[in-house]
Amino acid sequence: MENKIIMLGNEAIARGAYEAGVKVSSAYPGTPSTEISEALAKYPEVYTEWAPNEKVAVEVAFGASVAGVRTLACMKHVGLNVASDPIYTFAYTGVNGGAVIVVADDPGLASSQNEQDTRMIARSCHVPVLEPSDSQEAKDFVKLGYEISEKYDTPVILRTTTKLAHSQSVVTLEDRVEIEDKPYERNVSKYVMMPAAAKGRHKVVEQRELDLAEDANVLSVNKIEKGSDKIGFITSGICYEYVKEACPNASVLKLGLVNPLPKKLIENFVKSVEKVYVFEELEPVIEEQIKSWGLNVLGKELFTKQGEYSANLLKKVVYGKSDEVYAKLETPNRPPILCPGCPHRSVFSVLNKLKIHASGDIGCYTLGAVAPLSVIDTCVCMGASISALHGMEKARGKDFIKNWVAVIGDGTFLHTGVNSLINMVYNKATGTVIILDNRTTGMTGHQEHAATGKTLKGEDAYAINLVDLCKAIGVPSVKEINAFDVKGLEEALKESLNGNVLTVIIAKAPCALLKGQKFLTKCAIDKDACKKCGMCLKIGCPAISKRNGEIVIDETMCNGCGLCKNYCKFGAIKVVENV
Amino acid sequence: MSKNVMIVGVGGQGTLLTSRIIGKSALKEGYDVKISEVHGMAQRGGSVVTFVRYGDKVSEPVVEEGCADVIISFERLEAMRYAHYLKQGGIIVVNDCRIDPMTVVTGAKTYPEGIIETLKQTYSVYSIDGQEIAKSLGNSKVLNSVVLGYSARHLGLNVETLKQTLESIVPPKTVEINVNAFKKGYESK
Repeated sequence: MENKIIMLGNEAIARGAYEAGVKVSSAYPGTPSTEISEALAKYPEVYTEWAPNEKVAVEVAFGASVAGVRTLACMKHVGLNVASDPIYTFAYTGVNGGAVIVVADDPGLASSQNEQDTRMIARSCHVPVLEPSDSQEAKDFVKLGYEISEKYDTPVILRTTTKLAHSQSVVTLEDRVEIEDKPYERNVSKYVMMPAAAKGRHKVVEQRELDLAEDANVLSVNKIEKGSDKIGFITSGICYEYVKEACPNASVLKLGLVNPLPKKLIENFVKSVEKVYVFEELEPVIEEQIKSWGLNVLGKELFTKQGEYSANLLKKVVYGKSDEVYAKLETPNRPPILCPGCPHRSVFSVLNKLKIHASGDIGCYTLGAVAPLSVIDTCVCMGASISALHGMEKARGKDFIKNWVAVIGDGTFLHTGVNSLINMVYNKATGTVIILDNRTTGMTGHQEHAATGKTLKGEDAYAINLVDLCKAIGVPSVKEINAFDVKGLEEALKESLNGNVLTVIIAKAPCALLKGQKFLTKCAIDKDACKKCGMCLKIGCPAISKRNGEIVIDETMCNGCGLCKNYCKFGAIKVVENV
Repeated sequence: MSKNVMIVGVGGQGTLLTSRIIGKSALKEGYDVKISEVHGMAQRGGSVVTFVRYGDKVSEPVVEEGCADVIISFERLEAMRYAHYLKQGGIIVVNDCRIDPMTVVTGAKTYPEGIIETLKQTYSVYSIDGQEIAKSLGNSKVLNSVVLGYSARHLGLNVETLKQTLESIVPPKTVEINVNAFKKGYESK
């Protein structure tokens, strides 16, 4: 293998874990963290898995650590909320084998429901946080994370952001270090967190944080790059790159460890430079601590808490101007949409026709909120579609939800949706839940899950049968229907919404982008029969458009699902053989 | 030498692969390289932009407004959307194709007429009908190799390096057709 290659930030994290001798990794996919596990799965020396959710993943990592091996767990920022229960207490128990938890934040919301800042949670659970600036550092910091984890007896969070996770830069590869398994010794006061033991561990946690904060003053990844005496920046992660781009002559204190902070180092830096900016995306985590020490720095009074930063933003604020640019031309927006041949579109076309509201969930199908399908009314977090529908029924009675359903994907259902469905069964709900079963974790790029029959490593596995699962927890009416059977869906929906029993409809058809499928048909317009009424445009398929008054189907985009044919009253859409 | 290249298009058109080929080629020629990609929901038929920067030392992984040397656009409207990212003297390579955004399909907006002519009033524009060439080769999926070949002379990289990287990155069975597509694109005016 070439020694120096270009690597995605996420691939570099995986490489770092491999080189550090990690033996066990557990994760739940989530943009922008997914590729870490996919890359790590390619190393045969490392056991890797998809867990059903992030809480499970961290608990697996906890177990592997207690058993004495180096372990990794990965998730996106909102996954940290799900995993925070074990992490808060993992911080108390500490580790046996080193543990690194990668959490990927998404400033700018490329693919998320909020812009929360992992460093805030890490501070409250007293877990150290490392933050790399490019792929080389991503790899190096993972390895440093294991050293810190084992030296200070704590799990360590490696925080990334979308730009770091999904940028590629040059990395020098090194060999894997084989770490001998640490012996396991029973230690109730360390690993059994009942009140008496936890009281003792809380003291340990506080002392550990003080020790690390002291050592952070001389930690190699916290470093001052001396430049101008007039202007300086305290920064970390991808923001460091923006500082170097915009103000290459400024003094910089680059923090590799962002929790706990090196107080003496920061004090010295602030005193050595006339004007110091704290340049950090999202929350003023570093800035507020520095200000609480009585030091004079500038931060969020100048820079936004929203979105991604850039070198241009920095130039504008610091120099009061940015480079001259051409005027932006007016263009129609191009928001993301469901793909041609997407089974979700078929289900949503039926909901739209019947004027049904949907309590939505996290996945590609959240795109059902936008025109022309416009069926999703709410979206909060993984699993919430089902529980929110239940809340509506309990608030306003069963008649209120006669024109409501919950929609949730197969992966999301297994993540946390199943808990919500158990609640509906237990607490006598009558609602209708549609599981949009496209046989994969779609939006994050086709990851396996507990109902697909394959593991992350590509091995065969038991595939949970969603019908049996729903029946087993006591759902009285469970129906499985082909997602493209619009008539069948319509009938099933009418029956369940007019009835009084909790119903799960599993609308099943593979994601149109899932590999290994052959599309045997294409749709075509019969120009003579077409009345140009535009009904086929109402399903929002990107392959269909109106050009110079004519309806056209783009043959390279069409996957031949035939959904449009159902909505043409004039028989003007033909499904033909794909040659 | 330093180059800031943007590759823009519609999710699913293969912009990511093109950026990886350019980035890998730049590394082969000894440059520092950074590439910034788009994953997740934004890829689903939305407007996508990837950045490739190479030179002696690259800091930020993105190209900002007013900084691009070259924009390679796989679709007309996307060329128009990002044209203002060009620096003075920069060029736009456009694949002359139209994909209607949902805002146009639903009738909320109209697709602008005469995009290439509009762009030519301000910028140096090179346009090519990549689909037609890809189709003539018998596989519409080699569109990105056509567009890469057509852009090759503007990237400050050795054309042979780009071709070799393309060969090493596409599936083995498709090497020949992709190289042909690259050549056709390169030879197009």
